[in-house]
Amino acid sequence: MARENEDAGMAEDVSKAKSQRKSKAKETKTRTVHANTLHDFAKGEENPSRRYANNRIKTTKYTVLSFLPKNLFEQFHRLANVYFVFIALLNFVPVVNTFLPELALAPVLFILSVTAIKDIWEDYRRHRSDMEINHMDCLVYSRAEKGYVEKYWKEVRVGDFIRLRCNEILPADVLLLSSSDPDRLCHIETATLDGETNLKQRQVVRSFFDLDCDFDPLKYNSVIECEKPNNDLNRFRGYIIHQSGKKDALYKENLLLRGCTIRNTEEAVGIVIYAGHETKAMLNNNGPRYKRSKLERQMNVDVFWCVIILLVMCLFAALGHGLWMFQYGDKRPVFDVLSPEGTNLSPIMSAIYLFLTMIIVFQVLIPISLFVSIEIVKICQVYFIHQDADLYDEETDSHLQCRALNITEDLGQMQYIFSDKTGTLTENKMVFRRCTVAGVEYSHDANAKRIAMYQEMDSEEEECISHGGTLPRRDSVGSHQSARVLRSHSTKSHRRTGSRAEAKRASILSKHTAFSSPMEKDITPDPQLLDKVNDCSSQLDFMRLHSQPMSQLPSDLSDVFDFFIALTICNTVVVSSPNQPRQKVRMRFELKSPVKTIEDFIKRFTPSRLTSGSNNSSSSSLNRSSNKGGSSMQSCPSAESTLTKLNEEQSSSVMEHAFSPAPPSYDGKAFCTPDEGELRYEAESPDEAALVYAARAYKCSLVGRLPDQVTVELPHLGKLNFELLHTLGFDSTRKRMSVVVRHPLTDQITVYTKGADSVIMELIRPPITGNSKGRRQKKILCRTQNYLNLYAADGLRTLCIAKKVLSKDEYARWLQHHLQAETAIQRREELLFESALRLETNLQLLGATGIEDRLQDGVPETIASLRKAGLQIWVLTGDKQETAVNIAYACKLLDPEEELLTLNADSQEACKLLLEESLHYIQAKFLCSSGDASAKDFHANVSSFEIYPSSPLSSHAASDSVHRLGLVIDGRTLAYALDASLEDTFLTVARSCRSVLCCRSTPLQKSMVVKLVRNKLKVMTLAIGDGANDVSMIQVADVGVGISGQEGMQAVMASDFALPRFRYLQKLLLVHGHWCYSRLANMILYFFYKNAMFVALIFWYQFYCGFSGSAMIDQWYLIFFNLMFSSFPQLISGTLDKDVSAETLQQLPQLYTSGQNSEEYKPYMFWMNMIDAFYQSLVCFFIPYFAYTDSDVDLFTWGTPITTIALLTILLHLGIETKTWTWMNCLSIAFSVALFFTVALCYNASCPTCYPPSNPYWTIQRLLQDPVFYLLCTIAPVAALLPRYFYRACHSTLFPNPVQVGRQLDKLPADTRRNILSLSRVKMGSWLSPRQPSLPVGKPQNCTQKDQRGTEAPAKRAGAESVQQGPAHPPDPHSSSLKELGAKNDPLLSEELQPASTKDPSDPSWVPSTQMDRVQLNLPPSRAPPCVTYVRSSETALSCEQTPPCSRGTTAEAELYTAV
Amino acid sequence: MTTMKEEGNYANRPSNTAFTQQRLPAWQPMLSAGVVIPGFLLIGLAFIGIGVGLLITSRSIQVLELDYTGTETSSPCYQCTMSNQSNCVCKLSFSIGTLFKGPVFFYYGLTNYFQNQRKYGVSKDFNQLIGDVSYFKSPSSDCQPYQRVNGKPIVPCGAIANSMFNDTFKLYQIINGKEELVPFDGKGIAWWTDYNIKYRNPDYTPLKNAFNDTEKPVFWTKPAYELDTSDASNNGFINQDFLVWMRRAALPNFRKLYRRITEGNYKDGLPAGNYSLEISYNYPVISFEGTKKVTFSNVSWMGGQNEFLGIAYLVIGSMCVVMSVVMLIVYAKFRFPEED
Repeated sequence: MARENEDAGMAEDVSKAKSQRKSKAKETKTRTVHANTLHDFAKGEENPSRRYANNRIKTTKYTVLSFLPKNLFEQFHRLANVYFVFIALLNFVPVVNTFLPELALAPVLFILSVTAIKDIWEDYRRHRSDMEINHMDCLVYSRAEKGYVEKYWKEVRVGDFIRLRCNEILPADVLLLSSSDPDRLCHIETATLDGETNLKQRQVVRSFFDLDCDFDPLKYNSVIECEKPNNDLNRFRGYIIHQSGKKDALYKENLLLRGCTIRNTEEAVGIVIYAGHETKAMLNNNGPRYKRSKLERQMNVDVFWCVIILLVMCLFAALGHGLWMFQYGDKRPVFDVLSPEGTNLSPIMSAIYLFLTMIIVFQVLIPISLFVSIEIVKICQVYFIHQDADLYDEETDSHLQCRALNITEDLGQMQYIFSDKTGTLTENKMVFRRCTVAGVEYSHDANAKRIAMYQEMDSEEEECISHGGTLPRRDSVGSHQSARVLRSHSTKSHRRTGSRAEAKRASILSKHTAFSSPMEKDITPDPQLLDKVNDCSSQLDFMRLHSQPMSQLPSDLSDVFDFFIALTICNTVVVSSPNQPRQKVRMRFELKSPVKTIEDFIKRFTPSRLTSGSNNSSSSSLNRSSNKGGSSMQSCPSAESTLTKLNEEQSSSVMEHAFSPAPPSYDGKAFCTPDEGELRYEAESPDEAALVYAARAYKCSLVGRLPDQVTVELPHLGKLNFELLHTLGFDSTRKRMSVVVRHPLTDQITVYTKGADSVIMELIRPPITGNSKGRRQKKILCRTQNYLNLYAADGLRTLCIAKKVLSKDEYARWLQHHLQAETAIQRREELLFESALRLETNLQLLGATGIEDRLQDGVPETIASLRKAGLQIWVLTGDKQETAVNIAYACKLLDPEEELLTLNADSQEACKLLLEESLHYIQAKFLCSSGDASAKDFHANVSSFEIYPSSPLSSHAASDSVHRLGLVIDGRTLAYALDASLEDTFLTVARSCRSVLCCRSTPLQKSMVVKLVRNKLKVMTLAIGDGANDVSMIQVADVGVGISGQEGMQAVMASDFALPRFRYLQKLLLVHGHWCYSRLANMILYFFYKNAMFVALIFWYQFYCGFSGSAMIDQWYLIFFNLMFSSFPQLISGTLDKDVSAETLQQLPQLYTSGQNSEEYKPYMFWMNMIDAFYQSLVCFFIPYFAYTDSDVDLFTWGTPITTIALLTILLHLGIETKTWTWMNCLSIAFSVALFFTVALCYNASCPTCYPPSNPYWTIQRLLQDPVFYLLCTIAPVAALLPRYFYRACHSTLFPNPVQVGRQLDKLPADTRRNILSLSRVKMGSWLSPRQPSLPVGKPQNCTQKDQRGTEAPAKRAGAESVQQGPAHPPDPHSSSLKELGAKNDPLLSEELQPASTKDPSDPSWVPSTQMDRVQLNLPPSRAPPCVTYVRSSETALSCEQTPPCSRGTTAEAELYTAV
Repeated sequence: MTTMKEEGNYANRPSNTAFTQQRLPAWQPMLSAGVVIPGFLLIGLAFIGIGVGLLITSRSIQVLELDYTGTETSSPCYQCTMSNQSNCVCKLSFSIGTLFKGPVFFYYGLTNYFQNQRKYGVSKDFNQLIGDVSYFKSPSSDCQPYQRVNGKPIVPCGAIANSMFNDTFKLYQIINGKEELVPFDGKGIAWWTDYNIKYRNPDYTPLKNAFNDTEKPVFWTKPAYELDTSDASNNGFINQDFLVWMRRAALPNFRKLYRRITEGNYKDGLPAGNYSLEISYNYPVISFEGTKKVTFSNVSWMGGQNEFLGIAYLVIGSMCVVMSVVMLIVYAKFRFPEED
């Protein structure tokens, strides 16, 4: 926990450490570590380890002494601060000074000290956490004591021996030398480092492996040579040199990293290799990121405009002063003051001096407090986002994290979302669904049923919750207490009812314990396959007994056998059993209330406990009785009871089904008996575990894994020990992993490989033609490929399993190279990679598996509403095309009514052609589909099935259909399309599609796509992902979002925001993004207005004081106006103002477009605000001017009312702009006014002789007795704000923009609002984007005319009205892209098109433009999606054709459709 | 009991308060036509009412302004502008038709005179003016170039004091060809706080001693302790004319209170008749194209005559009314049928 606090300062320290190391690196390239025991008596320099950093960490930036200079130095990096200091210093120059020099310093000092205090506070927090960490205890060997003594972490040094006990946190990077584990292993949990919750095994260094007795540090006299400290968590290389001269290589498996926790191991001893800041954990610790948001960039432009306005004003004043001086010539008026020397200043000189003076006077125009205010507001916004209970995930007990503090408002301006698929859209919880072995498919129907049951329960349960739980919560703002009680009741009761709830519960725990939920664990085997497995193992058993060679096994049976062996051992799954529980396993039972019914459910759904779970009826009755406790549940008692009944039926039937075929004659030892407790598998990736669980369902269970041995338990055969020769781990380039084992039955050296089907299929040994075996092989291959396609079509993740038998010679040859690679210090990774490539060839295909990755809750809804919000969603996934397409359909990214453009090319040229053809096709669609009547008819038919049934304007539907295009592109084609020559075409095509799906894309491609879209289209991009492969994409995008899910923390570490679930993105963007953006935008605009308005007052005065730089506003008011009098209200409204309520924002995602189009802060708005500011200042200046003209008023008696009026006007202006008034807004405004008068009264009464030159003694006191003062304070603000108020009033009553409509909706009572939103979406839609240019239906009009209509009409529309115009590109997307296309379109084509579309709708003759390609235009018979597939490949690679899932239909209809 | 345990389990759960969940009870002012139109109308009518009241008040104030710069040859003071004589006296005659209701305030006014100029405004030493003798010897550098003359410090130093208005006036009513002096009341024309707190004479008797080794401002004819020969307590820094002058005018055209007419026969105002104003003309304004004038005025609760405020209220008020009417019309025409 504390580690998280060590943030900001780290980067610097690290770089410092690096530079220090650099100097050392000149000396040696490696680090040598000696044991400190040898050198304990040698003092200081003699011990080589003393040179290395010790374990004390210091993440603070400052010390007491260095704080001031260092902090100031840092603050002056900000240009604005330098500017304000410059102005303050200018005040010390007598010729130009205006204010009391000391007073002029005040704002700068204030700003600097606020920042400094913030820095001190942060630094202090870091210091505290450092202290805490540095003072943790650990056992260090002391030579003097001849034993381990407790020491603080900070006292640990490189070369120390450390004894670690179970559940201890590692204080430094330690090389493991001894372990109490009989296998010389040590398990660590690395959750704090990479978020992976599974246990990792670490091995004792090989040479200490055979130590029988306890490790004795005194006998240790080896030297360790290893690499310099670096931040690569997954790499450690080095060797240990014993005194005997023997060298032994060291791997990352030998290193225990700081911050990890020792688990499952009673005791371990190691030597410290890296300490303190040089540990890998610390080197990986980067501070928060600093990004500049779009709004801020925009703001900076306007700050520069302010500077220009300031300079113009100063120049004008200087010129005016020069002329004023000039008009008097030599005749000096009595009121003129000579220079101190008594000489006459020339007009030019005085003009120059005045210029500088004016800069001081007008300095307020550049808002000094703007930057500070923005920071404060953003911190508050981040606080509120953090606090949002809707973004809190109960399952994982985590809420949203804002890692970047300064881009909250960017969330409201997103235009493109790039999403990863696995783990982001899906849960990344892998469930084994089906498999094919040796060309035979096993559909696992029972298993599917089981899973369906889980889901069914889930959905019913959610209904229950929505009936019972959310309703009271929504309505009762004040009665949270009762709401909470209700909710807890409902959660309690539904946990009792649904085993899915149990699964959920288990997944909460899995966060801590890395155990899979029952859904993933309990696989119901396919009876056919189970028979085969039994058959096979019994035969093997028989053969073993009769010592027959194993090769006599029928090849299909041996394939089945190998398949399961491969599933079981080809992985890195760690086995643990409840018999040696980890700390957290115990905790699990402590935390969870031991409700009897939960136990029952576990029993019912855990087959191994079937025997004890016979009291079904009693538990269900218990269920029902418990329901009475929660009143909220009474609304759906019937659903509840049916659910329970369903459970009973289902479960009993499933279990009968599952276990009836299991022969009871198995000896109990081989089977996991309930008493023994089941084994638990901990895998690095969830699909590995899924496969192992699947194999276990077939009684082929993994029971133990040691570094060199895997134990598999099989029916009949009992425990088989596979000697594990090598494990070639998974990597993303190879996309496969292999194990090399010695098969205990055949004694052959066998390679089992598991990997992505595309790579494995290429590595399969080509079948020898002619012979029967070859034919069989070929058949298997082709069938498997077919099934793979099918699996993918079902949205399953496919993996291929293959094996290879190595002869002794082959193995020996390979081994030689491999050992070299393993021992190499340089380039070891590459060598190992090559070595793996050499091994994984000529494989024999065994089968394939289909694993389901379930969609996360609420993903389709989230995508639908994000899309309605005008966001373009692209999915970039590494999965194969079919899987990706199906998941895309499942999550409503692709719509069944959408046409699909599939781009698969295998050369640059092909890709180019494809893109051009698609472009033509799209153009054609753009031109004709919107205009043609029959198209409308068609769509009218279709749209009757739509979600919004009665779309009132058929033209709307038609124009929508233009966007109803989906683009699917695979990685290879993407690589071509991203080429500089094609990227523009690609983008044009992609832009006209509603959704884009990039499959098989590499991490680099992902980031390239994001970069391309971001740079070329100049849009705001958001990338969301959960895995290491998304990191580059997350970093490139404007906003990176990490899902803190299953796949570790890399994505989260790189992200700006970390979400527990994908669906939270909806609220984050639509609500918080919108709010943050509109709040900040309004605040910034207000800031500019405020300062301009205030400064302009003084500017007008210059016309009446000879441009002499004199101000009627007292210097105190002038200086403190921004800092004190007017600052609080804007901070409050910048933090709290809500233009539309959260509910409405979520229900009307269209409102998000206001942020996308930057509608709250457009460049013209700055100028409008400036004009308004100047107008208001004119009013505020001239009303007092005329009121006091030709009177005996003195300077400050006249100036103080102006200040007051200005303040009131400014505050009331904020009041007009404030959309939601809470007591805090009112209080802050009242406070500001009160503060002004208090300060003024005190200031004016405090000192009769101070504060020259103004010396406003008793001014305000006299004014308060003057009725004119009050009259002025009434009329001037009203007159100043009248136009703005009138404009706002007209705007919101007569031409409300969508946001204002949303606000009006908010005013309605909750029930009415819900009704309006749910029932008449159509009406709302038409209301929100009214005045669609309604094209006359049925009137024969030719295409081009319509096209013009189509292009011009939307262009005329106001930006606000284009809400529903689908994807919104910065300029009205619709019109611009159409125009573009229209312009490119050659007249020939459109001429050709006219007759085609008008005269004969069924004539497909328009196709000529696209005749050159193979176009498959198919219309689905019923609900299947219409689809266009382009396939262009110079040589079709594989004979098995890729049949897109959607393209089945009759060509006649297709022709009709295309002609349409 | 389970709830308690769960609370501990969900350590990171955000607290569910109206504030953190941004659900504070709030008022959302909707600028709907139903609110805006009556609002405008009300404000408009109220303003019109105030405006009428102000205008009536303002109209009831009598003002008489007389320019005596003497730029025109017909002007009685013309000769004073020509010569450099130090004590030029000119007489200005005028007549009042009806009773000028009292108390009558008598102002002098200057135009084109930039008392609000920045460097001019700085040019004084508050510490001298509060009577701190130590600053008599070494005036603040702000006063430059009116800090010292001939090596001697100037008291009171600075441009403001130096440029003090030094025309004096005497008003006679001509009754039956005979000039009768209208008594001027010179007390209490400056701010009470100026006279009592901000400005003080040094504690010397006679006051003259305090000014030893100092010089009078260069433009002055008399030292500060001899400003009012008739009244000893009206001398030094608390001389009323000096105080009035030191309070800088806000705008280049201004008037300053010279005297009030509150005594004797003129307590109720200036009766109708012929008057003659005797001006000792000293202050030069021609060089910067300024003008000088005197003003007789009586005052109401809202000060001197100023019709502007009343008119402004009327204008803004009627604008509000007009706006509400406009909105009513537009709203009636364009309102959406769906709105209810």
